[in-house]
Amino acid sequence: MAPKPWVPYLLIAPAVLFLGALFLLPLVQTLVLSLQGEGGLSFANYARMLGDLNFADALRNTFLLTLVVVPVQIALALLMATMIARIGAGRDLVLWVWVIPLAISDLAAGLAWLAILQSTGYLNSVLFALGLLDGPTPWLTQETPVVLFIGIALAEIWRATAIVLVILVAGMQLIPKEFGEAAEVFGASPWQRFRRVTLPLLKPSIQSALILRTVLAFEVFAVVYALGGRNFPVLVGEAYVWQGENQNTGVAAAYAALIMLISMLATFVYLRVLRTPREQMA
Amino acid sequence: MKRRSLLAAGAGLLAAPGFARAQSGDVVFLSTQLRPVEEATRLRNAILRPAPVQSTFVTEEPQNLTVRMRAEAQAGRRTVSLVGALHGELQPLAADSLDALDDVAAQLADRGIPQNLLELGKLGTGQQRYIPWMQATYIMAAHRRALEFLPAGADINALSYDQLRAWAAAIQQRTNQRRLGFPAGPRGLMARFFQGYLYPSYTGGVVRTFRSAEAEQGWAALKATWAHVAPASTTYNFMQEPLMAGEVWIAFDHVARLMDALRAAPGDYVTFPAPAGPMGRGYMPVIAGLGIARGAPNRAGAAQLIEYLSRPATQLRLAAETGFFPVVRAELPADLPPAVRLAASAIGATQSARDAKVSLLPVGLGDKGGEFNKVYMDSFQRIVLRNENIRTVLDAEAANLRAVMNATAAPCWSPDAASDGACPVA
Repeated sequence: MAPKPWVPYLLIAPAVLFLGALFLLPLVQTLVLSLQGEGGLSFANYARMLGDLNFADALRNTFLLTLVVVPVQIALALLMATMIARIGAGRDLVLWVWVIPLAISDLAAGLAWLAILQSTGYLNSVLFALGLLDGPTPWLTQETPVVLFIGIALAEIWRATAIVLVILVAGMQLIPKEFGEAAEVFGASPWQRFRRVTLPLLKPSIQSALILRTVLAFEVFAVVYALGGRNFPVLVGEAYVWQGENQNTGVAAAYAALIMLISMLATFVYLRVLRTPREQMA
Repeated sequence: MKRRSLLAAGAGLLAAPGFARAQSGDVVFLSTQLRPVEEATRLRNAILRPAPVQSTFVTEEPQNLTVRMRAEAQAGRRTVSLVGALHGELQPLAADSLDALDDVAAQLADRGIPQNLLELGKLGTGQQRYIPWMQATYIMAAHRRALEFLPAGADINALSYDQLRAWAAAIQQRTNQRRLGFPAGPRGLMARFFQGYLYPSYTGGVVRTFRSAEAEQGWAALKATWAHVAPASTTYNFMQEPLMAGEVWIAFDHVARLMDALRAAPGDYVTFPAPAGPMGRGYMPVIAGLGIARGAPNRAGAAQLIEYLSRPATQLRLAAETGFFPVVRAELPADLPPAVRLAASAIGATQSARDAKVSLLPVGLGDKGGEFNKVYMDSFQRIVLRNENIRTVLDAEAANLRAVMNATAAPCWSPDAASDGACPVA
């Protein structure tokens, strides 16, 4: 029986409808909102955004955080995935424990780290007990921007490395064992096997992980909000403030459009740079 | 039978909040305040039930108040007699929906409602339009440990901004910690400190005087004080938390955002008015007033209820039951919960201070209220946190303030002198 040509379309229709109604439509609405000014189309909202006090800081902080957090997460996840591949008994338990942060909402993760890092938090209590501090010392203020940044980066790394790990572990399971064994027969060292066999074959997974993590890193908000509040402006945080506190939907929409543009550009770059030729696919 | 009574009960529940039928002769008391069910129930049971007049307490969302009052007037069928709402919510009703209350005000002359609050109740019409009912405001609270560092000769109930700075500096010098705190976090009410306290105290205005030489002085003083302010202030939302944690010893905040600390350890804290500057002791009361609807079905009953609600004993009862405090002169009885007593005494000291300068919540800004606050918060961020030149910042932010005022055409409100059209930024 010949396959009916419309079946594939029918099968993807629910997903298309879903995306259209809940993603594309709001997207277009956001763009329209951001371009609405007094008396028709205008870039006034974008001008307001660019001229705002916190814009440059928010842009810088968001990029800085992404540039620091994403590479560290990829490196850590690679290391952890390699370790998991070696573990025999108890592998599932270790994997399970490592992905626990994935199950925690990002705001809750931020609050957990706040309990550690705030001036009367666990970190200070330990330092005080060790005699390294002589009283509550605030770390998360605008007067200590470096420590604040490190705190936020740590919390983000802790929270979101697990998603990269899951993707890479899945990718590694797809790599046939024979390749590694063949390399071993030819006398490749473990490092060489990792560099020359595992890494290239893992490239599609790394690409997915990078795209996912980078896009999410540009959207970082709840952890920053919990730890830094207004002391560490980021793009999504500014969109939130413009919408919620300043009650100016236009400027908030302009921020949203900018974040989308940055995410799309990053995705595009990854797709180009990390392109895997078909013949190299595992 | 059973089903029918259930249905009736259901219908009764549905009808309960908005459409409660008053029994004939009852005073219908419509309020935008004490809307949450628990608060409304406490008001009904503890305050209104023992009242000399029977009343039906009905609540309404603030944005619907004007609509309802106008609709009733147009339909020619007035059901509401007494209206309770915030000053800013009563303002739009002044012209055509509120009766003149000069007779009621005269009758209450001995209650000790401060003259400046009564004046506000005229809503700029020359006749009394509402009688001040209850208030909340911002106060200062300090841990008793801070008292020994109070500068010599300073009266804690009449502090100046200079003395507050000296106090915080002394604490820092002796304890090596900055322990003065402000709610400058993302959900804190810091903008109100500038609009209700710093600006009125230094400039006598809020909008008109935004970029004045006096404003420059005020910002400079705040900047000097900030050197002794807890650096985590930009993360504080409710000052009761750092107070209870012991991070902060002296705090400024809305009274409702200090109550947890006062309740937890009333013996540990003192409360007192915010400081004064060269132009007086700026303070921002959140005032609710009682007005009588024009054409009220039961004006005499409403007037009687106002008289009852402004008795000192009733007002203290209300303070103990809700988060609002008396506007009348009231001796605080011994059985008042200690936290309520602490808050009420600071509020009383603030409003009866000889140099008190009332600054109202912004009126007429609508959804531009957020951007209005942003002007003050951005100025704060630039001047105090980023160390920018004060004059440059004020000139730049004045343009933003002007844009907000022109977009809303909001006329000046107290303490700025009245204006025709949008309140100007000089």
